[in-house]
Amino acid sequence: MELNDQKEALRGEHVLQYPYRRATGPILGRFFTEIRDHKRLLGVKTAAGQILCPPVEADPDTLEDLSVEDLVEVGPAGHVTSWTWLNEPRPGNPLEHSFAWALIKLDGADSALLHAVDAGSESAMRTGMRVVARFCDERNGDIRDITCFVPED
Amino acid sequence: MSEPNKPVTSVKTPISLHYDYSVGAGSSTFLRAIREGRILGSRCPDTGKVYVPPRLSSVETASPMRELVEVSDRGVVYTYCIVNIQFYDQVLEIPYAYAYIVLDGADSAIMHLIQECPVEEMRPGMKVQAVWKDRSEWTESMENIRYFKPTGEADLPIGEIMDEIRKKSHA
Repeated sequence: MELNDQKEALRGEHVLQYPYRRATGPILGRFFTEIRDHKRLLGVKTAAGQILCPPVEADPDTLEDLSVEDLVEVGPAGHVTSWTWLNEPRPGNPLEHSFAWALIKLDGADSALLHAVDAGSESAMRTGMRVVARFCDERNGDIRDITCFVPED
Repeated sequence: MSEPNKPVTSVKTPISLHYDYSVGAGSSTFLRAIREGRILGSRCPDTGKVYVPPRLSSVETASPMRELVEVSDRGVVYTYCIVNIQFYDQVLEIPYAYAYIVLDGADSAIMHLIQECPVEEMRPGMKVQAVWKDRSEWTESMENIRYFKPTGEADLPIGEIMDEIRKKSHA
């Protein structure tokens, strides 16, 4: 018997899955809890007085732990600081039709949150445009509880 | 999924990677044969060692390997691990053993499940044989072999295994 490498190789679908569950820490835990229970967005105030949203567990300047006491309400509206248009969403993306991935600086925050903007078309997107969060009816306590952001009326 | 009214302490972030996977010429040959219930290896022209599943070139000498050899569905356990931990999506009842099995006529090991053998009785040198699915269910898949089970024959003596492992260490 001879090995024939001219014959077409067999191929098949292969799916590799990692069922991760990540611990949030107290600050992000509160961030997701507030979204789920009250549709409220929180940022965290650092020692230098900056308000970061999404909040972080440690102060990026001093590296000291931040506390849930440092959380303040931001948004739910804000403006787009940067964006890219996605013509063909992939499985698992927040929307099934074309949308923009955008960095959104919520009102009251000094840093930007990455989320989807459902603007209808690329021509409707502008850096600096005003957007507002749209929340899901059924919320589970993660970032998908925000369906997307939409242009503010 | 978090429970309502309980503070969120973790989030699910599953990752799913979808591949269109090509197994290559060597394993395609192997899988087409296993559809027929045959197990193939390829022989190194320089050392004579038989690799299962077939490879296109020798691991030791890099020579092209063209000669295919049919090997037995019986072999010897060289080493094994016992799975004692429950994990996501697990279908087998713990504890169970996975073994490196060198099939008769082969110089490299394949890994497969051992059943019909209490894990306490697992040992290197144990002779095992394949338990196949019903012929009507055969596809191009190693799962045509459901598992390996002990044959009940006398073990390969441990000294011989060590010698064989030294000889086969490059296979």
